[in-house]
Amino acid sequence: MADTVKKNREPLMHIVKRDDITGWKAWAIRIGAILLGLLLTGVISGLLTGASFGEVYSIMFKGVFGKFSMIFQGKTTMLWRFLQQTAILLCLALAVTPAFKMRFWNCGAEGQALMGGLAAMICMIEIGDKVPNGVLILIILASSLLAGAIWGLIPAIFHALYKTNETLFTLMMNYVATQLVAYYVVLTTAGAGSNIIKPVEHGNLPILLGEKYLLNVLVVTFLMVAVFIYLKYSKHGYEIAVVGESQNTARYVGINVKKVIIRTMMISGAICGIAGMLMVAGTDHSINTNTMGGQGFTAIMISWMGQFNPFIMAAMSGLVTFLKTGAAKVADTFFLNSSYADIVSGIVILFLVGCEFFIKFSVKFRHGKKGGKV
Amino acid sequence: MKKLFALLLAALMVFGMVACGQTGDNTDGTGEANKPAEQMKVGFIFQHDEQSTYDKNFIDAAVEACKKMNVQMVQKTQIPESQKCYDAAVELIETEGCEIIFADSFGHESFLIEAAKKYPDVQFCHATGTQAHTAGVKNFHNAFASIYQGRYAAGVVAGLKLKEMIDSGKITAAQAKMGYVGAFTFAEVMSGYTSFYLGAKSIVPEVTMDVKFTGSWYDETKEKQAAQALIDGGCVLISQHADSMGAPTACETAKIPNVSYNGSTAAACPETFLISSRINWAPYFEYMITQVKNGKEIDTDWTGTIETGSVVLTEMGKNVAAGTQEKLDEVLKGLKDGSINVFDTKNFTVKGETLTSYKANVDEDADRAADTEVIENGIFQESKFRSGPYFDLEIDGITLLDRNYGE
Repeated sequence: MADTVKKNREPLMHIVKRDDITGWKAWAIRIGAILLGLLLTGVISGLLTGASFGEVYSIMFKGVFGKFSMIFQGKTTMLWRFLQQTAILLCLALAVTPAFKMRFWNCGAEGQALMGGLAAMICMIEIGDKVPNGVLILIILASSLLAGAIWGLIPAIFHALYKTNETLFTLMMNYVATQLVAYYVVLTTAGAGSNIIKPVEHGNLPILLGEKYLLNVLVVTFLMVAVFIYLKYSKHGYEIAVVGESQNTARYVGINVKKVIIRTMMISGAICGIAGMLMVAGTDHSINTNTMGGQGFTAIMISWMGQFNPFIMAAMSGLVTFLKTGAAKVADTFFLNSSYADIVSGIVILFLVGCEFFIKFSVKFRHGKKGGKV
Repeated sequence: MKKLFALLLAALMVFGMVACGQTGDNTDGTGEANKPAEQMKVGFIFQHDEQSTYDKNFIDAAVEACKKMNVQMVQKTQIPESQKCYDAAVELIETEGCEIIFADSFGHESFLIEAAKKYPDVQFCHATGTQAHTAGVKNFHNAFASIYQGRYAAGVVAGLKLKEMIDSGKITAAQAKMGYVGAFTFAEVMSGYTSFYLGAKSIVPEVTMDVKFTGSWYDETKEKQAAQALIDGGCVLISQHADSMGAPTACETAKIPNVSYNGSTAAACPETFLISSRINWAPYFEYMITQVKNGKEIDTDWTGTIETGSVVLTEMGKNVAAGTQEKLDEVLKGLKDGSINVFDTKNFTVKGETLTSYKANVDEDADRAADTEVIENGIFQESKFRSGPYFDLEIDGITLLDRNYGE
């Protein structure tokens, strides 16, 4: 008797593929994962710093938004800085999304944005004092869009015509862009005692209502809505979805796959170009190889985590920006080094990505009665 | 599902206990909770964190000075040379209430000036910069140290070692060639290697020097390769102005004496380490804090010296020449009382001629023109017209094997 029980023994748990999961359930799992991730980071922070859980998060909050009292006094500089960082990250995530939806893995947002920024910088320096500022800004806009689009176009053409691997190609293009920026910086600063381009006065984007970052935030908000509509309601968006699902189906229904790939990558690159322009003409008024600060890579993850939905991507950008800025503040307060910020955002992102497993599969525990013959 | 929930809850409670259990320890002064409200706050902006030797030198000095002056140190690390420097300054002022903002990297300068214009009541201090004396922003200040004096003294130690090698017949006087690994071909580095060379020359008049540039402040491989190339080219002693261990370790392997920078490398290179010079920033931090506490103005350009304790030499390695300590003390005394002037025009020639007049690019402007006469009383007056170095002459006896202005 006992033997038969042992033979039929079920493992403690096993996993079953979920056939379909309702939207709210999936989101409950994701939000739960974020909360668990935050809990774990709080605990690790507590162990590292000796501060309590609440203290860690209040320092994070202070590092991102400033003091509560400031907010009530209407001092919003910190809030704007948060919105600015979120906006730039979101802009890059928006840029890669059409390509991702098409299953074209554009890992070149960093380089495409740098090229857009470089184009803006070149206009500002080389023709800045020759044309009126309004005209200059239009020229900057056009050249940034073009530069980003070209940087997206090159790997797209090779992929469409010769089936090159787009992931590697776009990644390599980042290095080329970085080196071009380095070259231009050296070219314009040679012998000046450093390789820093001092902020250029010409071609700065206008400051609206006295708030430097307002225009950047508005532009990205507009892009967010535009990308949403483009992907969901336009014919192009439909074509992108079909190409992403199955290129053969796309071909069968008469979609020119090569054309869609090339067109979409140009759009992707052009939006990156805008991000670069916002950083150079709208924010730094200068450029260096670190102007985009690796956000082009973070954006890839934002796009994934946001399920290619621009509004959710905005929330994810906000979350990641909060974690990075807040964790940096905790690190500075307790004299930890910069790896701490990476650990914190890494943990939360790991939870978020990991929870997709629990959305696709469900874990079944052994139930004594159903298990075997008793 | 219930079991899972219970498990999670239990885990949560354990975590909570661990986290709360730690709160009692927070009295070591790093947290903000227990600080008295009236303590003055000083904000520091660092380009990297303590993993970079350059920033570590500043961070250690800031911790030391703030402790000594009983002010609270608030730091922002990993701040790039961009608008983010401005944002960091705004945060330090608006959320932390800092009364002084200090930034440590050359490229922070323009963004710091922008912030200084916005907050006229806050004092802004910047290391290694060049714009304070022309920017016309009253609350913005530059600071540097006369590290060329330290390098000169280190050069004397190198010279004594060379002399020992010549006297013992190891090399002839004509073979007394030193090598120098520099980062970039700009004034800061040129001023450094020239003073080092002049220090050695004061002991061994026949000495010559080859210089190679890596084009980076920190690139271990390139620095190692450059040092090796210099050794292969016949250099019998090496020094460097770059931040990694590349050159010192190449020297240790090749058994070539090395004069280091930014701190002792004796631990890793016991056989070949001679001496190292470095800038100690603590005196400047104490100075700026004292001035603000007393409601006095901070100098537009402040240059730390051996006298102020800003230019320091480390302890010497075990293989320096005999009698080095006595000579070094004599030289340091001479540098302090002004009887030794590093860039005395009697001590060097440019294209065979002694200089009587030279205009250097002291004012930072777009055309980078030479604008200021810097030779007074037969001495090239380094760090007088602004704190950042501007000595960029290529003097006889030093050969630049290459040049590098950027990446």
